[in-house]
Amino acid sequence: MSLRELWSYRDLFWILAWRDVKLRYKQTALGVTWVILQPILTSGIFAVIFGFLAELPSDGSPYMLFAFAGTLPWTLFAQSLQRAGTSLVSGRELVSKVYFPRLILPIASSFSVLVDFLVGLASISVLFLIYQVPLTWNILAIPGLVLANLLIAVGVSFWVSAFSVHYRDFIYALPFLVQAWMYASPVAYASSIVPEEWSVLYSLNPMVGIIEGFRWSLLGHGLFSWLSIGISLAVGLLVFFSGALVFRRIERGFADVI
Amino acid sequence: MNNLAISIKNLCKVYRIDPATGNTASQTLQEDLMGLVKRPLRRLASSVKQEVWALKDISFDVRAGEVVGLIGRNGAGKSTLLKVLSRITEPTSGYADIFGRVGSLLEVGTGFHTELTGRENIYLSGAILGMRKIEIDRKFDLIVDFSGVGKYIETPVKRYSSGMAVRLAFAVAAHLDPEILLVDEVLAVGDAAFQKKCLGKMGEVAEGGRTVVFVSHNMAAITSLCKRGVWLEEGCVQADGPVRQVVQDYLVMAGELDETKTNLASRTDRGGDGRLRFTEFQVRNRDGAPLSSAVSGEPVDLVLSYQAQGDIFGTTSIHFWICDAFGKCLISLSSLFTGEDLVNLPARGQIALHVPRFPLREGRYFVDLGADIDGVKADRVLKAIQLDVTTGAYYPVQQPAHPKDGDFLIEHSWRLLE
Repeated sequence: MSLRELWSYRDLFWILAWRDVKLRYKQTALGVTWVILQPILTSGIFAVIFGFLAELPSDGSPYMLFAFAGTLPWTLFAQSLQRAGTSLVSGRELVSKVYFPRLILPIASSFSVLVDFLVGLASISVLFLIYQVPLTWNILAIPGLVLANLLIAVGVSFWVSAFSVHYRDFIYALPFLVQAWMYASPVAYASSIVPEEWSVLYSLNPMVGIIEGFRWSLLGHGLFSWLSIGISLAVGLLVFFSGALVFRRIERGFADVI
Repeated sequence: MNNLAISIKNLCKVYRIDPATGNTASQTLQEDLMGLVKRPLRRLASSVKQEVWALKDISFDVRAGEVVGLIGRNGAGKSTLLKVLSRITEPTSGYADIFGRVGSLLEVGTGFHTELTGRENIYLSGAILGMRKIEIDRKFDLIVDFSGVGKYIETPVKRYSSGMAVRLAFAVAAHLDPEILLVDEVLAVGDAAFQKKCLGKMGEVAEGGRTVVFVSHNMAAITSLCKRGVWLEEGCVQADGPVRQVVQDYLVMAGELDETKTNLASRTDRGGDGRLRFTEFQVRNRDGAPLSSAVSGEPVDLVLSYQAQGDIFGTTSIHFWICDAFGKCLISLSSLFTGEDLVNLPARGQIALHVPRFPLREGRYFVDLGADIDGVKADRVLKAIQLDVTTGAYYPVQQPAHPKDGDFLIEHSWRLLE
């Protein structure tokens, strides 16, 4: 991989990411408010269904806050995966008319979601005030967790976007993959409710470590284990580099097929 | 300045097209999975897929600073070649080496987004074309000036007229500053004034010592911008040489001038009310013997046969416009100019146009014909005649031989003033 070439196109990367952010909120009345509204509404629904109706445990935090701390990193992951996975097909005009390292498209789309995430992160402080939960030094782990989160999302999107050039089926399958993956991750529930005999298989899901890490970092307590973070990182790196290799292999034919 | 800028060796590009769907590859996973299941039939299925050779064994070099015009019919492979050169697509075999920073412009407005403002689009489109941000910062005012968009720069492009949007898009592209510029048919945009501006900009780029490969169907633009022409025909290089020669051969061979091959009498694409129709044309020498071509400097009779519905009562005037291969009129000869009214012509006959010393240089010319009766158009035929001219002794000692010597010969003399 020619990292130098990728680096020389860094301006294009920033401008594409900036374009995605800009376009997302053009002609919306609420604009960036949606970024805060979406995870809050989602966590509200989770709190009602899983916390109030199903009475699932929330490891000692208010369920709303507990769900929000899971929804925030999950939204970052799901949105980046969605946008990056479809980035080649939606940018086919560029792919067939201009040369640039194609890897830039999924990476830039995924980074554009980071802006939303930061806004959401800031809004969580309001929830902290409402529930009077103190922040801890654990919060310093967030940048690392965000990077690991993006690493996994971008890695998977390399696979999805590269194959979607030949087979649009991947675009249609993507929402279902994201949805199934969400239920396989501790977004709406605590991973402590997963039965013991499934826990090894469960922890192979790289998002388990990431989301538990976020909860630990934001709420100050919870299931933080170096092992599950290690698994997340290992799986993330594997998916990322294998995805990049596959992407580079198929890349040559993109313009002819897309 | 003799370094190579582009070196193309045995370049081939094959597209596989599925005739059933018209797609360049099967688009759903299902088809391929089915293909796996039906493996025994696969060989059969793959033979159904057509192979299209977009480029067949192309080889040529372009030196640094050279401006090359790439011409050919639609589907001849011009755009594919530019796509390979700009690395958008990979060749099937052979290679194209590029020495220098490439900027390619295959379409005006690639990456433009109508929701964004003019300013935002300049940055977006600039970056997509390969400019750095500081470069765009530096050229921003020039780009806005060139586009003429002016005060609307902060307005979303969707509120622009289509002409404005195109001008802005071209303005960004025009300020691309690569060592090697690849341009595909982008001059066909905007109004006449803006096209002229674009041509001027292209000329500036070409004269600035940059290497340019320029695809266009506008032969006048090609000949004025380029020195060298490469003519692609069905994926192969058909001709490669001085641009005028290549363009002329292309225009003649590619059937653009096919009309002249058909009989003048059977031409139906003509104007006028039809009271008179030209039917035949002949070049004759002073003794009345037919010639295959006129000779510069020699007397010549250009004889037109005509046919009318009956005897013509009235005054007929004949017009003879001699044009170059690009359709530009070089001289117009008319009985109105000489005042020789042709009164009361018979129903059929021949009219000779006499030129005492034929004043055009060697080459192939085309003639538009016209006849009026009492000032009303009776016949008009564009590119009615192909008129070949061979070199003769127009001047006593030496004849101008080079295209850059122009098309015309006129009598002249020199003397020293006391």
